[in-house]
Amino acid sequence: MAIGKPMKIRAQLKGDEVEVKALMSHEMETGQRKGSDGNLVPAWFIQEVTATNNGKTVLQANWSQSVSKNPFLSFSFKGGKAGDKVVVSWKDNKGDTRMDEVTVA
Amino acid sequence: MRQKMTWRQITASLAVAGFAASPIIALAQKTTEQGIQEYRDMLADGNPAELVELEGEELWKKPQGPKKVSLEKCDLGQGPGVLKGAFATLPRYFEDAKLVMDMETRLAYCMVTLQGRDRAEVTKKVYSGTAQPATEMEALSAYIVAQSKGMKANVPQSHPEELASRARGEKLFFYRGGPYDFSCASCHSIDDQRIRLQGLPNLTKSAPAQAAFGAWPAYRVSQGAVRTMQWRMYDCFRQQRFPELNFGSQVSVDLITYLGVQAKGGTMQATSLKR
Repeated sequence: MAIGKPMKIRAQLKGDEVEVKALMSHEMETGQRKGSDGNLVPAWFIQEVTATNNGKTVLQANWSQSVSKNPFLSFSFKGGKAGDKVVVSWKDNKGDTRMDEVTVA
Repeated sequence: MRQKMTWRQITASLAVAGFAASPIIALAQKTTEQGIQEYRDMLADGNPAELVELEGEELWKKPQGPKKVSLEKCDLGQGPGVLKGAFATLPRYFEDAKLVMDMETRLAYCMVTLQGRDRAEVTKKVYSGTAQPATEMEALSAYIVAQSKGMKANVPQSHPEELASRARGEKLFFYRGGPYDFSCASCHSIDDQRIRLQGLPNLTKSAPAQAAFGAWPAYRVSQGAVRTMQWRMYDCFRQQRFPELNFGSQVSVDLITYLGVQAKGGTMQATSLKR
């Protein structure tokens, strides 16, 4: 288990909704691709994504191999305000995790 | 005699046949460039280059080499460690090296002089292969150029060496050679020219030169990598079937200087996104 590479998150208040855009750094190997040595590259992908606003969960997702490399996630939620702390975290099939936070602008 | 159908006739016949013709017509009216621009806009929010920039920031601050120091004291022309706007004013003449250097050449210079590393080692693999992680040079470049985003290109022409570099660059730009008898100008001195679907900017004109100089380094979606200005020159040489362009060579720096001077006043947009 290790800590993943940093992700880039933006959170902006638009009307009564907070728009969150997160860019994650991950290889997202499907387990179906062959490497240059002809062997299958082992599957390695994000399985769980969670986003919280001031500790309250606003998004929960279960991902699989079909999501691209360096996934970009965009979503919005109601009830947030400027200055709130949005935390996005993920966990992959190797148990690696990453958590980054941003303040709503 | 059978006549070839024109595009208009084809779409018209599709409409008659009851196909969903409207999106086809809408597509046909868009130029390729507009289509590509739309694609870039869609991806702009999630430009993976930003992840490479984060990696570059880490590398910039990480002590490395025999001297175990970071690059934070590296002078890119605005004073030691000053990154803001540095890329917009490179290549420039450096008194300590007695050479005109572009950003990447200067980075390699700093790795040798500050960190005590071997030049052959730091320039051995500067470009990543397809689907490989960014090289140190690519990551550092992405980080550094991002600090000049939104600024105006202002490649200096005050030192005689800087003038000479631009003059050599211009000569090289029009120099025809190789098995195809190609010059840079063969592709880059005519308006609205394309290679396959890619627009080729007319670099003898200010506006296209500004767009080109401002856009590199860029994240190449098709290659999944950040490509640097040195790479752009290297790959143009390959496409012309010229001899392999050495990283940081005078030829490469002179060409970048020429382009940079052509692009004076343009807005720096790197690290941008390319197909």
